[in-house]
Amino acid sequence: MPLVQITSPHAHTSQSTSSVMMLVAIATLPGIAALTIGFGWGTLTNIVLSIIFALALEAGAVRLRKQPIGFYLRDNSALVTAILLGIALPPYASWWIILTGMFFAIIIAKHLYGGLGYNPFNPAMVGYVVLLISFPVEMTRWAAPLELVSELGTSGVSKPTLIESFGIALRLIELPTIDGFTMATPLDLLRQNDALMISDLKQTYPQFGAQGGLVWEWANLGFLIGGLFLLYRKIYTWHGPVSMLVTLSLLAAIFYDGGSSNSGGSPMLHLFSGATMLGAWFILTDPVSSAVSNKGRIIFGSGIGALIFIIRQWGNYPDSVAFAVLLMNFAAPLIDHYTQPKTYGHS
Amino acid sequence: MRKVWDIHGGIHPPENKTQSLEHAIEFAGIPAQLILPVSQHIGAAASPVVQVGDTVLKGQCIAEAVGAVSVPIHAPSSGTVTAIEDRPIAHPSGLDDLCIVIDTDGKDIWHQPPSTRDFTQLDKATLVELIRNHGIAGMGGAGFPTSIKLNMREPSNIKTLILNGTECEPYITSDHVLMREQSRKLAQGIAILAKLVQPEEILLGVEDNKIDVVAGLQDALKQHDFSALTGKPTSAEVITFPTKYPSGGEKQLIEILTGKQVPTGSLPASLGIACQNLGTAVAISDAVINDRPLISRITTVTGQAVAQPRNFEVLLGTPVEYLLARSGYNASSSSNRLVMGGPMMGFTLLDITMPVVKTTNCILAPTEAELPSPPPAQACIRCGLCAEACPASLLPQQLFWFAQGKELEKLEQHNIADCIECGACSYVCPSNIPLVQYYRASKAEIRQRDADMQQAEHAKVRFDARQERLDRLEAEKIAARQARQAKAAANKAAQAGQDPKAAAVAAALARVGAKKSALEAAQNASAPEQIPAATLATDIDDPVQRALAKRAKQEQAGAANPAAVLQRAVESAEARLEKARLKLTNAETVQDSNVDAFKLAVDKCQSKLNQARAALDAHDAT
Repeated sequence: MPLVQITSPHAHTSQSTSSVMMLVAIATLPGIAALTIGFGWGTLTNIVLSIIFALALEAGAVRLRKQPIGFYLRDNSALVTAILLGIALPPYASWWIILTGMFFAIIIAKHLYGGLGYNPFNPAMVGYVVLLISFPVEMTRWAAPLELVSELGTSGVSKPTLIESFGIALRLIELPTIDGFTMATPLDLLRQNDALMISDLKQTYPQFGAQGGLVWEWANLGFLIGGLFLLYRKIYTWHGPVSMLVTLSLLAAIFYDGGSSNSGGSPMLHLFSGATMLGAWFILTDPVSSAVSNKGRIIFGSGIGALIFIIRQWGNYPDSVAFAVLLMNFAAPLIDHYTQPKTYGHS
Repeated sequence: MRKVWDIHGGIHPPENKTQSLEHAIEFAGIPAQLILPVSQHIGAAASPVVQVGDTVLKGQCIAEAVGAVSVPIHAPSSGTVTAIEDRPIAHPSGLDDLCIVIDTDGKDIWHQPPSTRDFTQLDKATLVELIRNHGIAGMGGAGFPTSIKLNMREPSNIKTLILNGTECEPYITSDHVLMREQSRKLAQGIAILAKLVQPEEILLGVEDNKIDVVAGLQDALKQHDFSALTGKPTSAEVITFPTKYPSGGEKQLIEILTGKQVPTGSLPASLGIACQNLGTAVAISDAVINDRPLISRITTVTGQAVAQPRNFEVLLGTPVEYLLARSGYNASSSSNRLVMGGPMMGFTLLDITMPVVKTTNCILAPTEAELPSPPPAQACIRCGLCAEACPASLLPQQLFWFAQGKELEKLEQHNIADCIECGACSYVCPSNIPLVQYYRASKAEIRQRDADMQQAEHAKVRFDARQERLDRLEAEKIAARQARQAKAAANKAAQAGQDPKAAAVAAALARVGAKKSALEAAQNASAPEQIPAATLATDIDDPVQRALAKRAKQEQAGAANPAAVLQRAVESAEARLEKARLKLTNAETVQDSNVDAFKLAVDKCQSKLNQARAALDAHDAT
């Protein structure tokens, strides 16, 4: 065999970007399982349709850019974006919602900026926010927990099978009657509440669970487990997620006045409701759009934690992970500028 | 247990060291031909002192040091010099360089048989001289002449002498076997170093994957009374610390052992620390005690493409081909490259006739399965694994970004100069980006830009100096002319002067005038294009006044005799026409750009002459 000239280093780890992305995708499974068990097949249909649209859009964009399609699809980055957006969308979202979201995520937020590695904003969150602002009705209609559906005794396809779920997602089957099938989320209730003590609120509405929201606490736990797995596999460092969760908890604790009607809810409620854990372990850890140094990631994560609480407590939206992440994406270059680590031999 | 510090980052690649550790060091033998590059060290190349056809003996100096930063080369075995020419040498550039080629005779006859010397009786200058004359350069990496590193000022400001037994690169075991089998010689070398640099403490740093050598080293060090050698209380310790790449980098080892960081841009000596390689210490022992020049070294030959990986005592100049043959290299196996050095920082060889030199610690012949060819690079997702791995606490992902955009200033702001090119970032990169290659290229671009800037600066200084000189000469010329004119005017006045007093006054006035105009000329000299106008301005007053006065006088005279006036006008017009024609012919012969202007002048003079003639004729007619 002829000798070749290759520059050092000659050794290399077996880890690849594709395998990192695949690990992230796998780590979402516990959370997806909890959502599916709790809310029905709707999350799964979201994810399947998202993946189909994402890969098709990615292939189209790569082709337009005259680059090898197989090579870029294999990096699995579109797959992860699709899964994250699929999880974030309300279960049983219709196909055109998903397609629109994926178009903004893959084409606008990623490829128009130069493709993987060059996007200043988290693509899944760009897609989500575009949908939330454009289609508020569809985007705020979250499925009711299955156990409550049966309690309320709604008739018809209140618990669709997997096949029926795809029918609903493609709008071949009508969405079951809105009352009962969909329901306000715990964070919605918290947002709308202006009279009840937190404890009374929890008593009144069955959507609350032991710590966070019903089902939501299990989903959050699932994403926490997935996140800890990625941390263990050294896919990312603790700095971003932990500082976000700590900041959110601290602010929740400060403004939790024992549970008055003005209260923002306990730290546990905030940690185990809505997209908190998904955001902490899967969204803000997107390395492309976050700050680069560990110190920078602490600031980045804290900023997101603070913004989440501020918007949940005083803003117009019940949950705010996407807005918080996008706002801090803006700030990432500035944070990088001021948090360059001290190089060896520099004082 | 002494405290050791941790360094930032680092990686744990598979060590692959056991393969080559099974056997004792083996003498590689005398190859038929030895190829000795004259530049095996940093600094000026040695200058050959032998001719083609000369017979040389083992240990004979064949190339002598040139200048201070240089070391000589010695013949590793006896034989005949058959060529002094450019050959491929072991250098990342892959360029050829001057080599002395010796065809060995196999007799291995010493030029001067090794003797034994008591180094404790020698003074420092003699020791340094011995080290230099025996061709010793750092055997770890760069090959810096050791004598320069050891030629201390008095008194020595070195407090800590560090011996680098880290050998953190995978595969390489040459220092490991050296510590295992030559600890006595190593301790002697350390003793000589201690006498030279007079440290307060001697630290032999060893990674804990070589724990088997520690006891032997401690015993060997106990044989020497370091305090007696340095003349002050001096401790000597073997220190082990956790295995991590790149702990063996000089800066990293210093931080591990002392907790101090070498300030950027300075040498360890600024912290009172001197670092030496183990092979160098053994070579010093050989040189000083046994009078044996540096003619061989220990080199690891390993990798799955060789059947018997092991460590050889190799004569310098031995072709890599010879070593590979000795260790059962299978060229037809899927070996894709040959690396001189380790898998992290070594460079590939394109020619197996390249010789082993003073810095060759390893020849690595991996198979494709062992060290696969790099797959195509994917996009950087800024995952930050590289920043986690960087021992210099740099942000490799940012450096990569700036390197792609050729933002040299940003690269400098992010301290690219502090990158030690250890390869840890490339090793961990999940996108297979050849980061180190980008940094090398960027460093070269920065060097090139600096060189260009320096050159431009130099050119500007030269241009300014030339401009100043030209201006000065111009000013001097003008001043001289003014002075000449003034003198002539004064002389004229003095000759015409009826009154000597008035003449003296006129001369004085002329001198003042000349001085003044010379000053003005000098001031104007800085703006050369204004000079003609300025000189014109100083000249114009007088001639115009004079001409006016002359004409007034002529008119007065003309009133009395108009015909004579007209006659004179015709004559002067003729004279002017003649002059203008002369100027035109001159201009035409030299192809002056003002030819047209001269033609116009001739026409004008012609018409004036015609007018004057007409006027005269008219007058005559009346």
